[in-house]
Amino acid sequence: MQITLNGTPRQVAPNTTLAELIDEITQDRTRVAVERNRAIAPRAQWDETVVADGDEIEVVTLVGGG
Amino acid sequence: MADPIRIRDYSFESRLFVGSGKYRDYDEMLACWDASGAEVVTVAVRRVDLNHEKEERNLIDVIDRERYTILPNTAGCYTVEDTLRTARLSRELGLGDLLKLEVLADEETLLPNAPATVEATRQLAGEGFCVLAYTNDDPVTAKALEEAGAAAVMPLGAPIGSGLGILNPTNIKIILQRATVPIIVDAGVGTASDVALAMELGIEGVLLNTGIAKADDPVRMASAMKHACIAGREAYLAGRMPARLYASPSSPREGRFTES
Repeated sequence: MQITLNGTPRQVAPNTTLAELIDEITQDRTRVAVERNRAIAPRAQWDETVVADGDEIEVVTLVGGG
Repeated sequence: MADPIRIRDYSFESRLFVGSGKYRDYDEMLACWDASGAEVVTVAVRRVDLNHEKEERNLIDVIDRERYTILPNTAGCYTVEDTLRTARLSRELGLGDLLKLEVLADEETLLPNAPATVEATRQLAGEGFCVLAYTNDDPVTAKALEEAGAAAVMPLGAPIGSGLGILNPTNIKIILQRATVPIIVDAGVGTASDVALAMELGIEGVLLNTGIAKADDPVRMASAMKHACIAGREAYLAGRMPARLYASPSSPREGRFTES
């Protein structure tokens, strides 16, 4: 199935959890925050949240800014 | 003598807030922060780079949280909805409730969209954020932001990154006279005298980024900004002498032994 991750189409296996997806792209979960379909996906729910076909997911972190 | 800036439950000895953007690297940034004496540092929230995330040193890892309070911004947001999303994500990152709220109008001027800023402030203050609202040097908007729940109002000195200084000190004074929350000048500060001038108006603090990061010697400029901020604050508290049109000799007229 296909999702959109940070604006880019991405294939994921069925029953992939948010936690598994996040571990694929970062070594440290504490560095990132996640939005699923424009709503916050709380850290405490990543393990039990299963990614659905067509989900739009944003994974963000801090960068320099003024 | 202790003279902290207080914003709600927060208290900081340094009245200079600095950014984390436009530096050559983290080491230069950290050296500038150290030289600036700042305790509050702004950061931005952006997408993780899916191609490089695993190798890069992350900004979160380099900030000493014991020393610095992180002030996440909503830079790059042009709508109320995007501003709310960015704010909520920053809180989810565990950065606390402080927020530099900015809703911009267009990419060329980067000037604030005042009605959208007021609306976003109302919503995010309602969600428990400690909102420091970036705005125009407009006393009417500043008051509206305060009434919408802003913990501090941050009028620009000049457009972001312009280094033009404090373009309308008269308006900043009016904002200040009517305010019941701290006023912090944010943006446009180019050099030390801009900081001193802003602080002499009686505002509570200055937030700047490019003025340090794009100086020829950023660390030395960070030090200059620090001293200017202290000097301006001291001069404000000291109360300047009245300005007068004609000269007034500092040496006595009486007792002169020269003619005429």
